[in-house]
Amino acid sequence: MTSRTGGAQRSTASLRHRLAERGIDPTLLLLVPGLVVAVALFVYPFSYGIGLTVQPTAAMQEQWGGGVFANYVAFFRDPFVFDSIGITMRLALPAALFNVLASIPVAMVLRHRFRGKRLLTSLLVLPITLGTVLTAQGLLIFAGRQGWLNRALLQAGLIDEPLQLVNNYLGVMFSLVITGFPFAFLLISSYLSGIDPSLEQAARTLGAGWWQRFRRIVLPLLAPGLATTFVLTFVLAFSVFPSARLVGDAMGSTRVMSLMAFRAFGEQNDYAMASTIALMMGAVELLVVVAVLGLRSLLYRGTTGGKG
Amino acid sequence: MAATVAPGERRLAARPSTWLVWAGMTAFGVFLLGILVAVVVDSFGRQWFATWLPEGFTTDRYAEAWDRFSLGEVVGVTVGVALLVVVISVLVGVPAAYVLARREFPGKRVVMLLFLLPVLMPPITYGIPLATVMYSFGLGRTLTAVVLVNLVPSVPFVILTMTPFIEQINPAIESAARMCGARTRQVFTRVLAPLLVPGILAAGILVLVRTVGLFELTFLVSGPGSDTLVVAIYRGMTAAGGGEARQLISAMSVIYTATMLAMLVVALRFVNPTQLVAQVKEARDDD
Repeated sequence: MTSRTGGAQRSTASLRHRLAERGIDPTLLLLVPGLVVAVALFVYPFSYGIGLTVQPTAAMQEQWGGGVFANYVAFFRDPFVFDSIGITMRLALPAALFNVLASIPVAMVLRHRFRGKRLLTSLLVLPITLGTVLTAQGLLIFAGRQGWLNRALLQAGLIDEPLQLVNNYLGVMFSLVITGFPFAFLLISSYLSGIDPSLEQAARTLGAGWWQRFRRIVLPLLAPGLATTFVLTFVLAFSVFPSARLVGDAMGSTRVMSLMAFRAFGEQNDYAMASTIALMMGAVELLVVVAVLGLRSLLYRGTTGGKG
Repeated sequence: MAATVAPGERRLAARPSTWLVWAGMTAFGVFLLGILVAVVVDSFGRQWFATWLPEGFTTDRYAEAWDRFSLGEVVGVTVGVALLVVVISVLVGVPAAYVLARREFPGKRVVMLLFLLPVLMPPITYGIPLATVMYSFGLGRTLTAVVLVNLVPSVPFVILTMTPFIEQINPAIESAARMCGARTRQVFTRVLAPLLVPGILAAGILVLVRTVGLFELTFLVSGPGSDTLVVAIYRGMTAAGGGEARQLISAMSVIYTATMLAMLVVALRFVNPTQLVAQVKEARDDD
Protein backbone atom coordinates (compact mmCIF):
# COMPACT_ATOMS: atom_id res chain seq x y z
CA MET A 1 0.00 0.00 0.00
CA THR A 2 1.27 3.45 -0.82
CA SER A 3 1.66 5.68 2.19
CA ARG A 4 -0.26 8.90 2.19
CA THR A 5 1.81 12.06 2.26
CA GLY A 6 0.73 15.61 2.96
CA GLY A 7 -2.09 17.26 1.00
CA ALA A 8 0.19 19.80 -0.62
CA GLN A 9 2.40 17.11 -2.05
CA ARG A 10 -0.53 15.10 -3.28
CA SER A 11 -1.77 17.85 -5.54
CA THR A 12 1.57 18.01 -7.36
CA ALA A 13 1.80 14.24 -7.80
CA SER A 14 1.00 12.71 -11.18
CA LEU A 15 -2.47 11.41 -11.91
CA ARG A 16 -1.11 7.90 -11.90
CA HIS A 17 0.27 8.39 -8.42
CA ARG A 18 -2.92 9.96 -7.14
CA LEU A 19 -4.97 7.06 -8.52
CA ALA A 20 -2.57 4.58 -6.96
CA GLU A 21 -3.16 6.26 -3.62
CA ARG A 22 -6.84 5.44 -3.92
CA GLY A 23 -6.00 1.84 -4.77
CA ILE A 24 -6.29 2.10 -8.54
CA ASP A 25 -3.15 0.82 -10.23
CA PRO A 26 -2.22 -1.61 -13.03
CA THR A 27 -2.61 -4.59 -10.68
CA LEU A 28 -6.37 -4.10 -10.95
CA LEU A 29 -6.07 -5.21 -14.57
CA LEU A 30 -5.87 -8.74 -13.19
CA LEU A 31 -9.53 -8.36 -12.37
CA VAL A 32 -10.46 -7.71 -15.99
CA PRO A 33 -10.79 -11.30 -17.29
CA GLY A 34 -13.03 -12.20 -14.37
CA LEU A 35 -15.17 -9.13 -14.91
CA VAL A 36 -15.42 -9.81 -18.65
CA VAL A 37 -16.71 -13.32 -17.94
CA ALA A 38 -19.16 -12.04 -15.33
CA VAL A 39 -20.50 -9.24 -17.54
CA ALA A 40 -20.63 -11.17 -20.82
CA LEU A 41 -22.04 -14.41 -19.46
CA PHE A 42 -24.06 -13.23 -16.47
CA VAL A 43 -24.98 -9.54 -16.48
CA TYR A 44 -25.66 -9.25 -20.20
CA PRO A 45 -27.81 -12.39 -20.56
CA PHE A 46 -29.61 -11.52 -17.36
CA SER A 47 -30.53 -8.02 -18.55
CA TYR A 48 -31.43 -9.49 -21.93
CA GLY A 49 -33.73 -11.92 -20.11
CA ILE A 50 -35.38 -9.09 -18.19
CA GLY A 51 -35.93 -7.32 -21.51
CA LEU A 52 -37.44 -10.49 -22.97
CA THR A 53 -40.04 -10.74 -20.22
CA VAL A 54 -41.74 -7.57 -21.49
CA GLN A 55 -41.84 -8.81 -25.08
CA PRO A 56 -44.60 -11.39 -24.80
CA THR A 57 -45.71 -13.40 -27.81
CA ALA A 58 -48.87 -12.34 -29.58
CA ALA A 59 -50.64 -15.47 -28.35
CA MET A 60 -49.81 -14.61 -24.73
CA GLN A 61 -51.02 -11.06 -25.13
CA GLU A 62 -54.26 -12.25 -26.65
CA GLN A 63 -54.89 -14.86 -24.01
CA TRP A 64 -53.96 -12.92 -20.89
CA GLY A 65 -54.05 -9.22 -21.88
CA GLY A 66 -51.93 -6.75 -19.96
CA GLY A 67 -49.99 -5.49 -22.98
CA VAL A 68 -46.24 -5.79 -22.53
CA PHE A 69 -46.77 -7.31 -19.09
CA ALA A 70 -48.78 -10.22 -20.48
CA ASN A 71 -46.17 -12.71 -19.31
CA TYR A 72 -46.40 -11.48 -15.74
CA VAL A 73 -50.18 -11.49 -15.89
CA ALA A 74 -50.01 -15.05 -17.16
CA PHE A 75 -47.59 -16.00 -14.40
CA PHE A 76 -49.87 -14.74 -11.63
CA ARG A 77 -53.20 -15.63 -13.21
CA ASP A 78 -52.47 -19.07 -14.63
CA PRO A 79 -52.91 -21.43 -11.68
CA PHE A 80 -50.94 -24.13 -13.50
CA VAL A 81 -47.87 -21.89 -13.40
CA PHE A 82 -48.53 -19.88 -10.25
CA ASP A 83 -49.15 -22.93 -8.04
CA SER A 84 -45.65 -24.15 -8.81
CA ILE A 85 -44.33 -21.54 -6.34
CA GLY A 86 -46.17 -23.25 -3.52
CA ILE A 87 -45.18 -26.69 -4.76
CA THR A 88 -41.52 -25.72 -4.88
CA MET A 89 -41.71 -24.19 -1.40
CA ARG A 90 -43.41 -27.27 0.05
CA LEU A 91 -40.43 -29.28 -1.15
CA ALA A 92 -37.52 -26.91 -0.60
CA LEU A 93 -38.35 -25.50 2.85
CA PRO A 94 -38.87 -28.83 4.67
CA ALA A 95 -35.91 -30.38 2.86
CA ALA A 96 -33.54 -27.55 3.80
CA LEU A 97 -34.87 -27.43 7.36
CA PHE A 98 -34.49 -31.18 7.78
CA ASN A 99 -30.97 -31.20 6.36
CA VAL A 100 -29.83 -28.44 8.71
CA LEU A 101 -31.54 -29.84 11.83
CA ALA A 102 -30.34 -33.38 11.19
CA SER A 103 -26.79 -32.21 10.58
CA ILE A 104 -26.46 -30.61 14.03
CA PRO A 105 -26.53 -33.81 16.14
CA VAL A 106 -24.51 -35.74 13.57
CA ALA A 107 -21.84 -33.07 13.47
CA MET A 108 -21.86 -32.88 17.30
CA VAL A 109 -21.28 -36.62 17.60
CA LEU A 110 -18.71 -36.75 14.82
CA ARG A 111 -16.55 -33.99 16.25
CA HIS A 112 -15.21 -36.35 18.88
CA ARG A 113 -12.29 -38.48 17.83
CA PHE A 114 -12.97 -42.13 17.21
CA ARG A 115 -11.75 -44.93 15.01
CA GLY A 116 -13.06 -44.88 11.45
CA LYS A 117 -13.99 -41.22 11.57
CA ARG A 118 -12.25 -40.45 8.29
CA LEU A 119 -14.04 -43.32 6.59
CA LEU A 120 -17.38 -42.17 7.92
CA THR A 121 -16.77 -38.59 6.81
CA SER A 122 -15.82 -39.83 3.34
CA LEU A 123 -18.98 -41.92 3.24
CA LEU A 124 -21.08 -38.90 4.11
CA VAL A 125 -19.39 -36.85 1.40
CA LEU A 126 -19.89 -39.55 -1.22
CA PRO A 127 -23.41 -38.52 -2.35
CA ILE A 128 -22.08 -35.12 -3.45
CA THR A 129 -20.31 -36.91 -6.28
CA LEU A 130 -23.28 -39.11 -7.16
CA GLY A 131 -25.27 -36.30 -8.63
CA THR A 132 -29.03 -36.05 -8.84
CA VAL A 133 -29.47 -38.15 -11.97
CA LEU A 134 -27.73 -41.22 -10.59
CA THR A 135 -29.48 -40.81 -7.24
CA ALA A 136 -32.75 -40.77 -9.13
CA GLN A 137 -31.95 -43.96 -11.05
CA GLY A 138 -30.84 -45.68 -7.84
CA LEU A 139 -33.93 -44.58 -5.93
CA LEU A 140 -36.19 -45.90 -8.69
CA ILE A 141 -34.58 -49.32 -8.47
CA PHE A 142 -33.92 -49.50 -4.72
CA ALA A 143 -37.13 -47.94 -3.40
CA GLY A 144 -39.45 -48.88 -6.25
CA ARG A 145 -42.38 -51.25 -5.77
CA GLN A 146 -40.19 -54.26 -6.63
CA GLY A 147 -37.09 -52.81 -4.96
CA TRP A 148 -35.03 -54.18 -2.11
CA LEU A 149 -36.45 -51.73 0.43
CA ASN A 150 -40.06 -52.74 -0.09
CA ARG A 151 -39.06 -56.39 -0.40
CA ALA A 152 -37.19 -56.30 2.91
CA LEU A 153 -40.04 -54.52 4.68
CA LEU A 154 -42.54 -57.03 3.29
CA GLN A 155 -40.48 -60.00 4.37
CA ALA A 156 -39.99 -58.53 7.82
CA GLY A 157 -43.76 -58.30 8.05
CA LEU A 158 -43.74 -54.56 8.72
CA ILE A 159 -45.99 -53.74 5.78
CA ASP A 160 -48.67 -55.66 3.89
CA GLU A 161 -48.14 -54.21 0.46
CA PRO A 162 -45.34 -52.24 -1.19
CA LEU A 163 -45.08 -48.59 -0.16
CA GLN A 164 -45.23 -45.98 -2.89
CA LEU A 165 -41.89 -44.29 -2.24
CA VAL A 166 -40.96 -42.98 -5.68
CA ASN A 167 -42.70 -41.10 -8.47
CA ASN A 168 -44.26 -38.81 -5.90
CA TYR A 169 -43.46 -36.09 -3.37
CA LEU A 170 -41.62 -38.54 -1.13
CA GLY A 171 -39.24 -39.64 -3.87
CA VAL A 172 -38.11 -36.09 -4.52
CA MET A 173 -37.77 -35.50 -0.78
CA PHE A 174 -35.51 -38.55 -0.47
CA SER A 175 -33.39 -37.33 -3.33
CA LEU A 176 -33.13 -33.82 -1.80
CA VAL A 177 -32.03 -35.24 1.54
CA ILE A 178 -29.50 -37.60 0.00
CA THR A 179 -27.84 -34.83 -2.01
CA GLY A 180 -28.38 -31.97 0.46
CA PHE A 181 -27.59 -33.55 3.80
CA PRO A 182 -23.87 -34.19 3.18
CA PHE A 183 -23.50 -30.61 2.04
CA ALA A 184 -25.19 -29.25 5.17
CA PHE A 185 -23.20 -31.64 7.34
CA LEU A 186 -19.87 -30.51 5.87
CA LEU A 187 -20.67 -26.84 6.40
CA ILE A 188 -22.00 -27.28 9.92
CA SER A 189 -19.08 -29.39 11.08
CA SER A 190 -16.70 -26.76 9.82
CA TYR A 191 -18.65 -24.09 11.75
CA LEU A 192 -18.66 -26.31 14.79
CA SER A 193 -14.91 -26.84 14.64
CA GLY A 194 -14.56 -23.06 14.73
CA ILE A 195 -16.08 -22.86 18.22
CA ASP A 196 -13.43 -22.83 20.90
CA PRO A 197 -13.85 -25.99 23.03
CA SER A 198 -12.54 -24.14 26.09
CA LEU A 199 -15.81 -22.18 26.21
CA GLU A 200 -17.68 -25.40 26.76
CA GLN A 201 -15.08 -26.66 29.20
CA ALA A 202 -15.49 -23.47 31.22
CA ALA A 203 -19.25 -24.01 31.28
CA ARG A 204 -18.73 -27.57 32.40
CA THR A 205 -16.47 -26.40 35.19
CA LEU A 206 -19.29 -24.16 36.32
CA GLY A 207 -21.59 -27.17 36.46
CA ALA A 208 -23.59 -26.91 33.25
CA GLY A 209 -25.15 -30.14 31.95
CA TRP A 210 -24.87 -31.15 28.31
CA TRP A 211 -28.21 -29.64 27.40
CA GLN A 212 -27.35 -26.35 29.10
CA ARG A 213 -23.97 -26.26 27.38
CA PHE A 214 -25.60 -26.90 24.04
CA ARG A 215 -28.47 -24.47 24.59
CA ARG A 216 -26.44 -21.61 26.11
CA ILE A 217 -23.00 -21.93 24.52
CA VAL A 218 -22.92 -23.93 21.30
CA LEU A 219 -26.29 -23.01 19.81
CA PRO A 220 -25.93 -19.22 20.04
CA LEU A 221 -22.43 -19.38 18.55
CA LEU A 222 -23.58 -21.77 15.86
CA ALA A 223 -26.77 -19.91 14.94
CA PRO A 224 -25.30 -17.58 12.28
CA GLY A 225 -23.62 -20.56 10.64
CA LEU A 226 -26.90 -22.44 10.74
CA ALA A 227 -28.61 -19.57 8.96
CA THR A 228 -25.95 -19.53 6.24
CA THR A 229 -26.14 -23.30 5.86
CA PHE A 230 -29.92 -23.13 5.64
CA VAL A 231 -29.69 -20.54 2.87
CA LEU A 232 -27.21 -22.57 0.85
CA THR A 233 -29.12 -25.85 1.23
CA PHE A 234 -32.34 -24.04 0.44
CA VAL A 235 -30.81 -22.67 -2.76
CA LEU A 236 -29.85 -26.22 -3.72
CA ALA A 237 -33.26 -27.65 -2.93
CA PHE A 238 -35.16 -24.77 -4.49
CA SER A 239 -33.63 -25.29 -7.92
CA VAL A 240 -34.45 -29.01 -7.91
CA PHE A 241 -35.03 -30.05 -11.47
CA PRO A 242 -33.92 -33.47 -12.71
CA SER A 243 -35.12 -35.39 -9.68
CA ALA A 244 -38.49 -33.63 -9.73
CA ARG A 245 -38.95 -35.05 -13.21
CA LEU A 246 -37.34 -38.46 -12.69
CA VAL A 247 -38.44 -39.59 -9.22
CA GLY A 248 -41.29 -37.14 -8.80
CA ASP A 249 -44.75 -36.66 -10.13
CA ALA A 250 -43.85 -34.04 -12.72
CA MET A 251 -47.43 -33.02 -13.50
CA GLY A 252 -48.71 -33.12 -9.93
CA SER A 253 -47.19 -32.81 -6.48
CA THR A 254 -43.65 -32.03 -7.70
CA ARG A 255 -44.44 -29.63 -10.54
CA VAL A 256 -41.66 -27.27 -9.44
CA MET A 257 -40.84 -23.88 -10.91
CA SER A 258 -37.75 -25.02 -12.80
CA LEU A 259 -39.83 -27.66 -14.57
CA MET A 260 -42.36 -24.99 -15.56
CA ALA A 261 -39.57 -22.72 -16.81
CA PHE A 262 -38.06 -25.54 -18.81
CA ARG A 263 -41.45 -26.50 -20.21
CA ALA A 264 -41.86 -22.99 -21.60
CA PHE A 265 -38.27 -22.97 -22.88
CA GLY A 266 -37.78 -26.39 -24.39
CA GLU A 267 -41.27 -27.60 -25.20
CA GLN A 268 -43.19 -24.45 -26.06
CA ASN A 269 -40.20 -22.43 -27.34
CA ASP A 270 -41.66 -19.36 -25.64
CA TYR A 271 -38.38 -17.81 -24.50
CA ALA A 272 -40.10 -14.73 -23.12
CA MET A 273 -42.40 -16.71 -20.82
CA ALA A 274 -39.50 -19.02 -19.86
CA SER A 275 -37.42 -16.02 -18.83
CA THR A 276 -40.36 -14.64 -16.87
CA ILE A 277 -40.76 -17.86 -14.87
CA ALA A 278 -37.00 -18.11 -14.39
CA LEU A 279 -36.79 -14.55 -13.09
CA MET A 280 -39.75 -14.97 -10.77
CA MET A 281 -38.04 -18.08 -9.49
CA GLY A 282 -34.96 -16.03 -8.67
CA ALA A 283 -37.12 -13.38 -7.03
CA VAL A 284 -38.96 -15.86 -4.80
CA GLU A 285 -35.70 -17.49 -3.78
CA LEU A 286 -34.11 -14.13 -3.07
CA LEU A 287 -37.04 -13.20 -0.82
CA VAL A 288 -36.43 -16.26 1.35
CA VAL A 289 -32.67 -15.72 1.35
CA VAL A 290 -33.03 -12.07 2.36
CA ALA A 291 -35.51 -12.98 5.09
CA VAL A 292 -33.19 -15.60 6.57
CA LEU A 293 -30.11 -13.42 6.30
CA GLY A 294 -32.08 -10.56 7.87
CA LEU A 295 -32.87 -12.77 10.84
CA ARG A 296 -29.24 -13.85 10.89
CA SER A 297 -28.05 -10.27 11.29
CA LEU A 298 -29.98 -10.15 14.58
CA LEU A 299 -27.83 -13.01 15.88
CA TYR A 300 -24.40 -12.90 17.42
CA ARG A 301 -21.73 -11.68 15.01
CA GLY A 302 -18.12 -11.89 15.94
CA THR A 303 -15.39 -14.26 16.84
CA THR A 304 -16.31 -17.70 18.10
CA GLY A 305 -13.10 -17.90 20.05
CA GLY A 306 -11.59 -20.57 17.86
CA LYS A 307 -10.19 -20.54 14.37
CA GLY A 308 -13.50 -19.58 12.74
CA MET B 1 -16.92 -46.21 17.54
CA ALA B 2 -16.40 -45.39 21.19
CA ALA B 3 -15.37 -41.81 21.77
CA THR B 4 -12.32 -41.33 23.91
CA VAL B 5 -13.81 -40.35 27.20
CA ALA B 6 -11.59 -39.39 30.10
CA PRO B 7 -12.33 -41.18 33.42
CA GLY B 8 -15.17 -39.56 35.29
CA GLU B 9 -16.12 -37.41 32.31
CA ARG B 10 -19.55 -37.54 30.72
CA ARG B 11 -20.09 -37.29 27.00
CA LEU B 12 -21.54 -34.10 25.65
CA ALA B 13 -24.43 -35.93 24.05
CA ALA B 14 -26.40 -38.17 26.36
CA ARG B 15 -26.57 -41.85 25.49
CA PRO B 16 -30.09 -42.11 23.99
CA SER B 17 -29.52 -39.18 21.67
CA THR B 18 -26.20 -40.65 20.58
CA TRP B 19 -27.98 -43.86 19.68
CA LEU B 20 -30.60 -41.89 17.79
CA VAL B 21 -27.89 -40.19 15.78
CA TRP B 22 -26.25 -43.50 14.95
CA ALA B 23 -29.62 -44.97 13.98
CA GLY B 24 -30.30 -42.05 11.68
CA MET B 25 -26.89 -42.35 10.12
CA THR B 26 -27.34 -46.07 9.63
CA ALA B 27 -30.62 -45.42 7.82
CA PHE B 28 -28.86 -42.88 5.64
CA GLY B 29 -26.05 -45.33 4.94
CA VAL B 30 -28.52 -48.10 4.06
CA PHE B 31 -30.27 -45.84 1.58
CA LEU B 32 -26.99 -44.69 0.11
CA LEU B 33 -25.52 -48.16 -0.26
CA GLY B 34 -28.84 -49.54 -1.43
CA ILE B 35 -28.99 -46.97 -4.19
CA LEU B 36 -25.41 -47.57 -5.27
CA VAL B 37 -25.50 -51.35 -5.12
CA ALA B 38 -28.92 -51.55 -6.77
CA VAL B 39 -27.68 -49.59 -9.77
CA VAL B 40 -24.52 -51.71 -10.05
CA VAL B 41 -26.41 -55.02 -9.74
CA ASP B 42 -29.01 -53.84 -12.22
CA SER B 43 -26.35 -52.89 -14.74
CA PHE B 44 -24.92 -56.43 -14.69
CA GLY B 45 -28.30 -58.17 -14.55
CA ARG B 46 -29.99 -59.99 -17.40
CA GLN B 47 -33.62 -59.79 -16.34
CA TRP B 48 -34.65 -58.41 -13.00
CA PHE B 49 -38.25 -58.14 -11.96
CA ALA B 50 -39.82 -59.68 -8.88
CA THR B 51 -36.82 -61.37 -7.28
CA TRP B 52 -34.07 -60.42 -4.86
CA LEU B 53 -31.39 -60.74 -7.53
CA PRO B 54 -31.44 -60.78 -11.33
CA GLU B 55 -31.79 -64.10 -13.11
CA GLY B 56 -28.27 -64.02 -14.44
CA PHE B 57 -25.31 -61.77 -14.85
CA THR B 58 -23.72 -60.35 -17.95
CA THR B 59 -21.50 -57.50 -19.03
CA ASP B 60 -23.32 -57.15 -22.35
CA ARG B 61 -25.22 -54.12 -21.09
CA TYR B 62 -22.06 -52.07 -21.05
CA ALA B 63 -21.16 -52.87 -24.64
CA GLU B 64 -24.75 -52.24 -25.66
CA ALA B 65 -24.99 -48.93 -23.80
CA TRP B 66 -21.59 -47.90 -25.10
CA ASP B 67 -22.77 -48.31 -28.72
CA ARG B 68 -26.35 -47.17 -28.26
CA PHE B 69 -25.47 -43.83 -26.69
CA SER B 70 -22.05 -43.47 -28.38
CA LEU B 71 -20.56 -43.23 -24.91
CA GLY B 72 -17.02 -42.95 -26.22
CA GLU B 73 -17.91 -39.56 -27.59
CA VAL B 74 -19.98 -38.60 -24.55
CA VAL B 75 -17.22 -39.48 -22.07
CA GLY B 76 -14.73 -37.62 -24.26
CA VAL B 77 -16.98 -34.54 -24.28
CA THR B 78 -17.53 -34.78 -20.52
CA VAL B 79 -13.85 -34.99 -19.64
CA GLY B 80 -12.81 -32.46 -22.28
CA VAL B 81 -15.41 -29.89 -21.23
CA ALA B 82 -14.57 -30.38 -17.55
CA LEU B 83 -10.84 -29.94 -18.07
CA LEU B 84 -11.33 -26.88 -20.27
CA VAL B 85 -13.65 -25.32 -17.72
CA VAL B 86 -11.16 -26.00 -14.92
CA VAL B 87 -8.24 -24.48 -16.83
CA ILE B 88 -10.16 -21.39 -17.95
CA SER B 89 -11.78 -20.73 -14.59
CA VAL B 90 -8.46 -21.08 -12.76
CA LEU B 91 -6.71 -18.78 -15.23
CA VAL B 92 -9.49 -16.21 -14.98
CA GLY B 93 -10.39 -16.67 -11.33
CA VAL B 94 -7.05 -16.77 -9.54
CA PRO B 95 -5.80 -13.32 -10.70
CA ALA B 96 -9.17 -11.83 -9.77
CA ALA B 97 -9.03 -13.55 -6.38
CA TYR B 98 -5.55 -12.12 -5.88
CA VAL B 99 -6.79 -8.57 -6.43
CA LEU B 100 -9.80 -9.09 -4.16
CA ALA B 101 -7.61 -10.56 -1.43
CA ARG B 102 -4.87 -7.92 -1.49
CA ARG B 103 -6.35 -4.63 -2.64
CA GLU B 104 -8.85 -2.09 -1.50
CA PHE B 105 -10.36 -0.13 -4.35
CA PRO B 106 -13.53 1.83 -5.07
CA GLY B 107 -16.40 -0.46 -6.02
CA LYS B 108 -14.90 -3.57 -4.45
CA ARG B 109 -18.18 -4.47 -2.78
CA VAL B 110 -20.01 -4.26 -6.11
CA VAL B 111 -17.44 -6.55 -7.72
CA MET B 112 -17.75 -9.03 -4.84
CA LEU B 113 -21.53 -9.01 -5.17
CA LEU B 114 -21.21 -9.61 -8.90
CA PHE B 115 -19.18 -12.72 -8.25
CA LEU B 116 -21.46 -13.89 -5.45
CA LEU B 117 -24.75 -13.61 -7.34
CA PRO B 118 -24.31 -16.60 -9.71
CA VAL B 119 -23.53 -18.80 -6.71
CA LEU B 120 -26.65 -17.73 -4.82
CA MET B 121 -29.10 -17.81 -7.70
CA PRO B 122 -30.87 -20.92 -8.97
CA PRO B 123 -29.03 -22.03 -12.14
CA ILE B 124 -32.28 -22.01 -14.10
CA THR B 125 -32.82 -18.31 -13.34
CA TYR B 126 -29.76 -17.16 -15.25
CA GLY B 127 -29.51 -20.35 -17.31
CA ILE B 128 -32.62 -19.74 -19.38
CA PRO B 129 -31.75 -16.17 -20.45
CA LEU B 130 -28.17 -17.32 -21.03
CA ALA B 131 -29.29 -20.24 -23.19
CA THR B 132 -31.58 -17.91 -25.13
CA VAL B 133 -28.62 -15.62 -25.81
CA MET B 134 -26.51 -18.63 -26.87
CA TYR B 135 -29.16 -19.78 -29.33
CA SER B 136 -29.59 -16.29 -30.74
CA PHE B 137 -25.83 -16.15 -31.37
CA GLY B 138 -26.09 -19.47 -33.20
CA LEU B 139 -24.08 -21.26 -30.49
CA GLY B 140 -26.92 -23.57 -29.44
CA ARG B 141 -25.98 -27.25 -29.06
CA THR B 142 -22.26 -26.53 -29.59
CA LEU B 143 -19.34 -27.43 -27.35
CA THR B 144 -18.43 -23.73 -27.10
CA ALA B 145 -21.80 -23.01 -25.53
CA VAL B 146 -21.44 -25.88 -23.06
CA VAL B 147 -18.04 -24.61 -21.93
CA LEU B 148 -19.25 -21.01 -21.72
CA VAL B 149 -22.33 -21.74 -19.60
CA ASN B 150 -20.26 -23.88 -17.26
CA LEU B 151 -17.92 -20.94 -16.67
CA VAL B 152 -20.71 -18.88 -15.09
CA PRO B 153 -20.78 -20.76 -11.77
CA SER B 154 -17.16 -22.00 -11.97
CA VAL B 155 -15.31 -18.69 -12.19
CA PRO B 156 -17.06 -17.23 -9.12
CA PHE B 157 -16.52 -20.52 -7.33
CA VAL B 158 -12.76 -20.34 -7.93
CA ILE B 159 -12.71 -16.68 -6.87
CA LEU B 160 -14.69 -17.33 -3.68
CA THR B 161 -12.52 -20.27 -2.63
CA MET B 162 -9.20 -18.71 -3.62
CA THR B 163 -9.69 -15.27 -2.05
CA PRO B 164 -9.44 -16.47 1.58
CA PHE B 165 -6.68 -18.83 0.54
CA ILE B 166 -4.61 -15.95 -0.82
CA GLU B 167 -5.44 -13.79 2.19
CA GLN B 168 -3.70 -16.28 4.47
CA ILE B 169 -0.41 -16.00 2.53
CA ASN B 170 1.77 -13.46 4.27
CA PRO B 171 2.09 -10.34 2.06
CA ALA B 172 5.56 -9.77 3.53
CA ILE B 173 6.84 -12.58 1.31
CA GLU B 174 5.79 -10.64 -1.77
CA SER B 175 7.28 -7.43 -0.41
CA ALA B 176 10.55 -9.22 0.25
CA ALA B 177 10.60 -10.54 -3.32
CA ARG B 178 10.00 -7.02 -4.63
CA MET B 179 12.75 -5.62 -2.41
CA CYS B 180 15.07 -8.14 -3.99
CA GLY B 181 14.15 -6.74 -7.38
CA ALA B 182 11.51 -9.17 -8.63
CA ARG B 183 9.04 -7.79 -11.15
CA THR B 184 5.31 -8.43 -10.91
CA ARG B 185 5.51 -11.35 -13.31
CA GLN B 186 8.36 -12.88 -11.34
CA VAL B 187 6.51 -12.39 -8.07
CA PHE B 188 3.66 -14.37 -9.56
CA THR B 189 5.61 -17.17 -11.21
CA ARG B 190 8.39 -17.61 -8.65
CA VAL B 191 6.78 -16.71 -5.34
CA LEU B 192 2.99 -16.86 -5.45
CA ALA B 193 2.42 -19.73 -7.86
CA PRO B 194 4.24 -22.36 -5.78
CA LEU B 195 2.42 -21.19 -2.65
CA LEU B 196 -0.92 -21.25 -4.45
CA VAL B 197 -0.61 -24.77 -5.86
CA PRO B 198 -2.51 -26.54 -3.02
CA GLY B 199 -5.37 -24.04 -3.21
CA ILE B 200 -5.50 -24.17 -7.00
CA LEU B 201 -5.54 -27.96 -6.90
CA ALA B 202 -8.36 -27.97 -4.39
CA ALA B 203 -10.44 -25.43 -6.26
CA GLY B 204 -9.68 -27.08 -9.59
CA ILE B 205 -10.72 -30.53 -8.43
CA LEU B 206 -13.94 -29.20 -6.94
CA VAL B 207 -14.71 -27.35 -10.18
CA LEU B 208 -14.00 -30.56 -12.09
CA VAL B 209 -16.41 -32.55 -9.93
CA ARG B 210 -19.04 -29.83 -10.11
CA THR B 211 -18.76 -29.47 -13.87
CA VAL B 212 -19.08 -33.19 -14.49
CA GLY B 213 -22.11 -33.25 -12.20
CA LEU B 214 -23.72 -30.01 -13.35
CA PHE B 215 -26.96 -30.78 -15.07
CA GLU B 216 -29.22 -27.77 -15.52
CA LEU B 217 -26.97 -25.38 -17.43
CA THR B 218 -25.43 -28.00 -19.72
CA PHE B 219 -28.84 -29.49 -20.42
CA LEU B 220 -30.22 -26.14 -21.61
CA VAL B 221 -27.61 -25.60 -24.32
CA SER B 222 -26.31 -29.06 -25.24
CA GLY B 223 -27.48 -31.38 -27.99
CA PRO B 224 -26.31 -34.49 -29.80
CA GLY B 225 -22.51 -34.32 -29.96
CA SER B 226 -22.21 -31.92 -27.04
CA ASP B 227 -24.09 -33.82 -24.32
CA THR B 228 -22.18 -34.62 -21.16
CA LEU B 229 -22.74 -37.90 -19.29
CA VAL B 230 -25.36 -36.61 -16.85
CA VAL B 231 -27.36 -35.05 -19.64
CA ALA B 232 -27.09 -38.22 -21.73
CA ILE B 233 -28.40 -40.27 -18.78
CA TYR B 234 -31.28 -37.84 -18.27
CA ARG B 235 -32.18 -37.93 -21.95
CA GLY B 236 -32.04 -41.72 -21.86
CA MET B 237 -34.39 -41.81 -18.86
CA THR B 238 -36.89 -39.38 -20.32
CA ALA B 239 -36.75 -40.52 -23.97
CA ALA B 240 -40.14 -40.67 -25.66
CA GLY B 241 -42.00 -43.91 -25.01
CA GLY B 242 -41.08 -44.46 -21.37
CA GLY B 243 -37.34 -44.12 -21.67
CA GLU B 244 -34.61 -46.55 -22.66
CA ALA B 245 -34.21 -50.00 -21.10
CA ARG B 246 -33.47 -49.61 -17.41
CA GLN B 247 -30.33 -51.75 -17.47
CA LEU B 248 -28.75 -49.59 -20.16
CA ILE B 249 -29.32 -46.49 -18.06
CA SER B 250 -27.86 -48.27 -15.06
CA ALA B 251 -24.76 -49.24 -17.00
CA MET B 252 -24.37 -45.64 -18.08
CA SER B 253 -24.84 -44.47 -14.47
CA VAL B 254 -22.15 -46.87 -13.28
CA ILE B 255 -19.73 -45.46 -15.85
CA TYR B 256 -20.61 -42.00 -14.59
CA THR B 257 -20.07 -42.97 -10.94
CA ALA B 258 -16.78 -44.66 -11.75
CA THR B 259 -15.55 -41.47 -13.42
CA MET B 260 -16.68 -39.41 -10.44
CA LEU B 261 -15.22 -41.74 -7.83
CA ALA B 262 -11.86 -41.82 -9.58
CA MET B 263 -11.82 -38.05 -9.33
CA LEU B 264 -12.95 -38.07 -5.70
CA VAL B 265 -10.17 -40.46 -4.73
CA VAL B 266 -7.64 -38.20 -6.39
CA ALA B 267 -9.25 -35.16 -4.75
CA LEU B 268 -9.18 -36.59 -1.24
CA ARG B 269 -5.48 -37.34 -1.58
CA PHE B 270 -4.77 -33.66 -2.07
CA VAL B 271 -7.52 -31.94 -0.17
CA ASN B 272 -9.25 -32.12 3.13
CA PRO B 273 -12.80 -31.13 2.15
CA THR B 274 -13.78 -29.68 5.53
CA GLN B 275 -10.81 -27.32 5.44
CA LEU B 276 -11.80 -25.87 2.11
CA VAL B 277 -15.40 -25.46 3.20
CA ALA B 278 -14.17 -23.53 6.21
CA GLN B 279 -12.39 -21.20 3.84
CA VAL B 280 -15.46 -20.80 1.66
CA LYS B 281 -17.41 -20.00 4.78
CA GLU B 282 -15.04 -17.19 5.69
CA ALA B 283 -15.35 -15.77 2.22
CA ARG B 284 -19.10 -15.65 2.60
CA ASP B 285 -18.89 -14.16 6.04
CA ASP B 286 -16.69 -11.34 4.82
CA ASP B 287 -19.28 -10.15 2.43
